[in-house]
Amino acid sequence: MSSSNKLLVNREYFTFAQSPDLLQLDCGAQLGPITLAYETIGELNKARSNAILILHAFSGDSHVAGYYSEEDERPGWWDFMVGPGKPIDTEKFFVVCSNILGSCAGSTGPSSTNPATGKPYGLSFPMVTIKDMVAAQKHLINHLGITKLLCVIGGSVGGMQVLRWCADYPQMIGAAIPLATTARHSAQAIAFNEVARQAIMADPDWNGGNYYEGQGPAHGLAVARMIGHVTYLSDDAMREKFGRRLHRSAFSFAFDGDFEVESYLRYQGKKFVDRFDANSLLYITKAADYFDLQGSEGSLLVNEQLADVSFLVISFTSDWLYPTYQAKNLVSALKKNGSDVSFCEIEAQWGHDAFLIPNGRLQSVISGFLERVYHEQC
Amino acid sequence: MSNADLKSPAMRFDLQVIASWVDPHTRVLDLGCGKGDLLSHLREQKQVKGTGIELSEEKVACCIERGLTVLQGDFLEEVRDYPKDCFDLVILSQTLQQVTDPKNLLTDLLRIGKRVIVSFPNFAHWSCRMQILFQGIAPVTDQLPYEWYNTPNIRVMSIRDFKRFLRMIKVRIVREVAINTHQRDVKGNTVRYLKNIRATYGIMMLEQV
Repeated sequence: MSSSNKLLVNREYFTFAQSPDLLQLDCGAQLGPITLAYETIGELNKARSNAILILHAFSGDSHVAGYYSEEDERPGWWDFMVGPGKPIDTEKFFVVCSNILGSCAGSTGPSSTNPATGKPYGLSFPMVTIKDMVAAQKHLINHLGITKLLCVIGGSVGGMQVLRWCADYPQMIGAAIPLATTARHSAQAIAFNEVARQAIMADPDWNGGNYYEGQGPAHGLAVARMIGHVTYLSDDAMREKFGRRLHRSAFSFAFDGDFEVESYLRYQGKKFVDRFDANSLLYITKAADYFDLQGSEGSLLVNEQLADVSFLVISFTSDWLYPTYQAKNLVSALKKNGSDVSFCEIEAQWGHDAFLIPNGRLQSVISGFLERVYHEQC
Repeated sequence: MSNADLKSPAMRFDLQVIASWVDPHTRVLDLGCGKGDLLSHLREQKQVKGTGIELSEEKVACCIERGLTVLQGDFLEEVRDYPKDCFDLVILSQTLQQVTDPKNLLTDLLRIGKRVIVSFPNFAHWSCRMQILFQGIAPVTDQLPYEWYNTPNIRVMSIRDFKRFLRMIKVRIVREVAINTHQRDVKGNTVRYLKNIRATYGIMMLEQV
């Protein structure tokens, strides 16, 4: 393929909630101004009916697909899924992907400068929830002139945002694809997040969240990412990928790391430190932990206004972070609305990460579902 | 039976009969929908709003790829979540004989659907009777191709048995037909006389009395 066939994209920014119109947050605080980094691919049609919003997972960003330049070698995180002729076909759909509130990839988060002090927010950044992230995205969608999204799609924490969109703005949704996700974070998922947070907070370089002038809690953040990676894989995947293989010729009889799985985790941890902010990890994992669509009067997904929304719920056999029973609970709530619900538990050995790895079945069911939704609603 | 509705020659004969009974623009639930041949036919020919339930991941994926609405799961569990009268019609084809508790299942189906169509193999077909009478073996036929030790068919019933059962659980037959066809065959014919001996399958549309 010649390089001129590269799909080129730009990161753009939208700023809103200027004083005095600050965004009212779930926790009671107000926040503003807020900037969201976002990218779009494809053309919005005249009827403005072909927009698909893609919600990224906890450590993701707005760079869903394509390249920033001809020289750029690293495509977006869902490049096998999004683009011309791909399952989420940008020749048909106008794709929007926004970086979440609280993140560190261009949107307002704890590493952003607090306009009141001229210094990074650090822990003075208010606690944001999935509901707040979605409320911020709604400002962006309004700004883009879209009143109804043909489909909202996302995996993991992105799937939580999909469900929050459905619960909070059902009249704006035509269809939804929550992948590898849950309607409420389980004790096990909270437990792993807490261990990750403790790893960061126990690092002296974290300094109560006030580290932006120094090197920051590199070790704590790397350990937090290592824990994350354990939960994203599976027993099967680790056996296949590493087994008991050594990354040196013999046991070191020391703590330098003998096994390939150790060096993999160390590598992943180190790589993460270069691109992610430790405080953002604290805030976003906490937002995931708070996520629960079970209200005092039952599931927020049981709502007449969702009766006309088409759903495709997908789980993966080896995902033990958000196991299939959680997806089934989701399906069970949606069925009560009389909504059009499809559900598939896709066979995949790669654990929770499966939705980020090319998979023919995943690609073809998303493509078939979107084709129908496009035919019915566009 | 008229042949006007039998437009999908590739579809199993009992499904062709069932399709001919479905009213246009209705909401239909197909239990054990396989790769979605019936649902796809009903969508194209009758503009039906269909949902399927299927256990096999491969078949579910095939249905969703075709743009059909299908849930992966065990329909005995999946039917419980739907509200009352969620569907105009629920279809259970060639599966009732594999269900542990047919009475509870039928009650559930008549709750979520206004009407239910059931098709099942007739274990009193003459070929079965002959094998028991003359060979003294558990019948193995084209329709019931399993041996006693590997058959999924745990409820052995005839058309007459099923009618007695319906009277007992107070369910009314709206419409019925007995057919002669092979398990996977697209061809067949309607049996009018001596149904309980000559028909390989019974098909009935049921509703709550």
